Amino acid sequence: MNVIIVGCGKVGKVLAEQLNEAGNNITVVDINASRVNDVADRYDVMGVIGNGATHATLQEAGINKADLLIAVTGSDERNLLCCLIAKKAGGCQTIARVRSPQYHAEAPYLKEELGLAMVINPELAAAEEIARVLRFPSALKIETFVKGRIELLKFKLPEDSPLCGMCVRDIAPKLHCDVLVCTIERGDEAFIAYGDFRFEPKDVISIIAEPKNAFTFFRKIDFKAKSVNDVIIAGGGDITHYLCSALEKSGIAVTVIEKDQNRADALSETLPGVNVIHADAINQEVLMQENIDKAEAFVSLTNIDEENILLSLFAKSVSEGKIVTKINRIDFDEVIEHLDLDTIIYPKNLTSDLIVRYVRAMKKTIGTDLETLYQIIKGKVEAAEFTVKEDSALTAAPLMQLKLRDGVLVAAIVRDRKVLIPRGSDMLQKGDSVVVVTNHLGLHDMNDLLA
Amino acid sequence: MNLRMTVYMLGILMAFEGAFMLVPTATAAVYHEPQLLLFAVIALALIAAGFVITRFKPENKTLFARDGFVIVALSWLAMSFFGCLPFYISGVIPKFVDAMFETVSGFTTTGASILHDLAPVPKCMLMWRSFTHWVGGMGVLVFIMAFLPLSGGQNMYLMKAESPGPSVSKLVPRVRTTAMLLYVIYFVLTLLEIILLLIGGMPMFDAINISFATAGTGGFSCNPAGMPYSPFCINVITVFMILFGVNFTCYFLFLHRKFKDGFNSELKVYLGIIAFAIITVTLNVRSLPMFRGTGEALMHSAFTVGSLITTTGFATADFNVWPTYSRTLLVLLMFVGACAGSTGGGIKVSRLIIFFKNMHNELRIMTHPRQIKKLKMDGHPVEADVIRAVNVYFACYIMVYVVSLLLLTLDGLDLTTNFTAVVATLNNIGPGLNLVGPTANYDVYSALPKCVLIFDMLAGRLELFPIILLLSPATWKK
Repeated sequence: MNVIIVGCGKVGKVLAEQLNEAGNNITVVDINASRVNDVADRYDVMGVIGNGATHATLQEAGINKADLLIAVTGSDERNLLCCLIAKKAGGCQTIARVRSPQYHAEAPYLKEELGLAMVINPELAAAEEIARVLRFPSALKIETFVKGRIELLKFKLPEDSPLCGMCVRDIAPKLHCDVLVCTIERGDEAFIAYGDFRFEPKDVISIIAEPKNAFTFFRKIDFKAKSVNDVIIAGGGDITHYLCSALEKSGIAVTVIEKDQNRADALSETLPGVNVIHADAINQEVLMQENIDKAEAFVSLTNIDEENILLSLFAKSVSEGKIVTKINRIDFDEVIEHLDLDTIIYPKNLTSDLIVRYVRAMKKTIGTDLETLYQIIKGKVEAAEFTVKEDSALTAAPLMQLKLRDGVLVAAIVRDRKVLIPRGSDMLQKGDSVVVVTNHLGLHDMNDLLA
Repeated sequence: MNLRMTVYMLGILMAFEGAFMLVPTATAAVYHEPQLLLFAVIALALIAAGFVITRFKPENKTLFARDGFVIVALSWLAMSFFGCLPFYISGVIPKFVDAMFETVSGFTTTGASILHDLAPVPKCMLMWRSFTHWVGGMGVLVFIMAFLPLSGGQNMYLMKAESPGPSVSKLVPRVRTTAMLLYVIYFVLTLLEIILLLIGGMPMFDAINISFATAGTGGFSCNPAGMPYSPFCINVITVFMILFGVNFTCYFLFLHRKFKDGFNSELKVYLGIIAFAIITVTLNVRSLPMFRGTGEALMHSAFTVGSLITTTGFATADFNVWPTYSRTLLVLLMFVGACAGSTGGGIKVSRLIIFFKNMHNELRIMTHPRQIKKLKMDGHPVEADVIRAVNVYFACYIMVYVVSLLLLTLDGLDLTTNFTAVVATLNNIGPGLNLVGPTANYDVYSALPKCVLIFDMLAGRLELFPIILLLSPATWKK
């Protein structure tokens, strides 16, 4: 597919890399020549220097032959204008990043009237992800599949967990609950879970389950499965705005610490239920005054990554609660993972993940039956959702008789709105939605699953 | 430096060069020449060695700008070394330095020869000489890129280091598709020339050889009698020499019906210079006794101008005996060279345009110190680092030129010979004036000056930087 990416910031760069690896022809556009050259040298993409919101520049970037335009410049207005011109000039699909809450309130209208395929709001996406994790604090990360019927949860085994020493196949008989372990990360290695795999402390485990089964599972392994009741948020930006609205609905008590007077005023006006503190969060006294040591959750959302890391490290040292850290820069993610900071949210990656997912799904119309795709472990293991459209070799025999490729795990089947965690004797049927966990990246077709 | 990746690339290169040698092998088979076995053995040995080396895939495939330069420079050295083996082992060229000179001259599309007489040279050897032009013209690494899916976007560094011109850009998003497109255009144009020359009554062997040498803007001839062809064939060669001196991006744009973009300022200036040179040289030489009338003078002037500006270096007439104006102008054309992104050598028209525009701007700024002037070409601003690179290119060019010229004086030949010998090798042309003129050859030099000229040819083809960086200690420091 021919894709034009306007804006070579962090998100533009990640998109260029990932979409290029997925076999698309990428052209990047930016007004800043050195940024364009940087991306064009590093990845196998073409660069065009110019204002992406002008017809001439888009022509040069080949808008006539483009299938998709993604506008991720720093300005909402430019992104929207860019999509509008692209739509008129080339008739391609368009995706715009729109982050301001005012415009975002009008997203459905904009989508409809400007013919946008997708409006991405990274702040909102980040807030939603944080809210999910706060409702289920034992998980590091939660994704949903098949319209929310299946959840994919990632969590870390503590030293004293009853799971330590158990094998994957022991879970069903010993704990009597229907969950499926998909992957285990140990140090820098990632494994697809097989029956005789034995858990060790500090393993990071991903499971797939129905929400209610996940809940029981966590209770049985002595994890907190209840939502947090109160949360302290450092920093009052757009993510905080969206997050507070979401948490208020769930009845969670929220305290926001914001150092800018105007911003604090604005938050307090729009969100009357929130306890807004006007102070600099980088101050132990302020944090202790707000009882950070007793809070069930602490979320650091200031604009400076270093501050967020420091705040979270401090929170970890004084409290037992859930800690969420927002990081903007994605260049040092491996180093940050090693800091053991509980949940880390990268809004930039969320944005690019959403877009990559959309592009993959767009390809589906070009002859694959892939529905959605999630990266469970970055660059190593993916979860893919397929629909079984017709009878084939896959539906001819029970799962245990199928010759699946190594590193392929059929993780869940959704049939008539019911979720099945598949066992060896189950058979696939026409019309099923199937979630597959695999370390073969970039699968497009169900038949790729067979050896 | 990613040494393992460098070795890996050299392995791939050996396999490809082995494959290229199948062309002269086939020629030897067709003409039942005794060198068949030699070519076959060398070709298969190279292919086998390449396969063995590429068995060891490096884990770290990351290449940076520095690796790009080093890989390209080493590849060209290695390619020339393996390419000269058939000449040397068969004894067609008994001295190693001479064999290396001839091969480097081939791959760099120079066309400077040390052979006195082509008559005793087997046809397969002549074919290999011409084919090195064809391969070297568009660049062997670009060829490899078109065939092998090398990982990552870092190959752009290789392409940048190998392709001529101040700023190398892609035609389409992927390097591999770009490389393929370039070779398709190259191949089709070559084929077209072969067909036209056959129509013009040229023998098959000559038509193929001449077309290879024209396509790469090389200039090795394959006929002991020089260019004994019909006026039609001469004119076809003239036109194709000029066509191969055009930036291939223009052809791509023409194919996509973007005529306005394709007909850019470089192409206009290039054609303008050619037109001017042809007219004035014709007027200057038309009364010479070697021509029967203005028509013939025009044909030979056009051929010579086209041959020298595109750095091909074919000769139908001995321009060494032309009047001073023509001789001087032709030497100046040698410096100009063809367009960026073509197969030709020289300084390149676009570089000269940037250079003169920049000079103009700087002079304006001297009189109006606060004036801001941006350098634009075809409506696009030229980046400061491109301008800087052009300036550095000129500085390096002059330095290499001066040092080479001084070293050539060791043999005690006259100034015109030495001066034009450096011009003709550094710009990848071939013939110069006086003792290295179109009817003479480079065997007048002894071994050391020949090595200097070999260096000049490689430096000229790779546009100085890769070769200079290869020799610079800073490149090899950690």
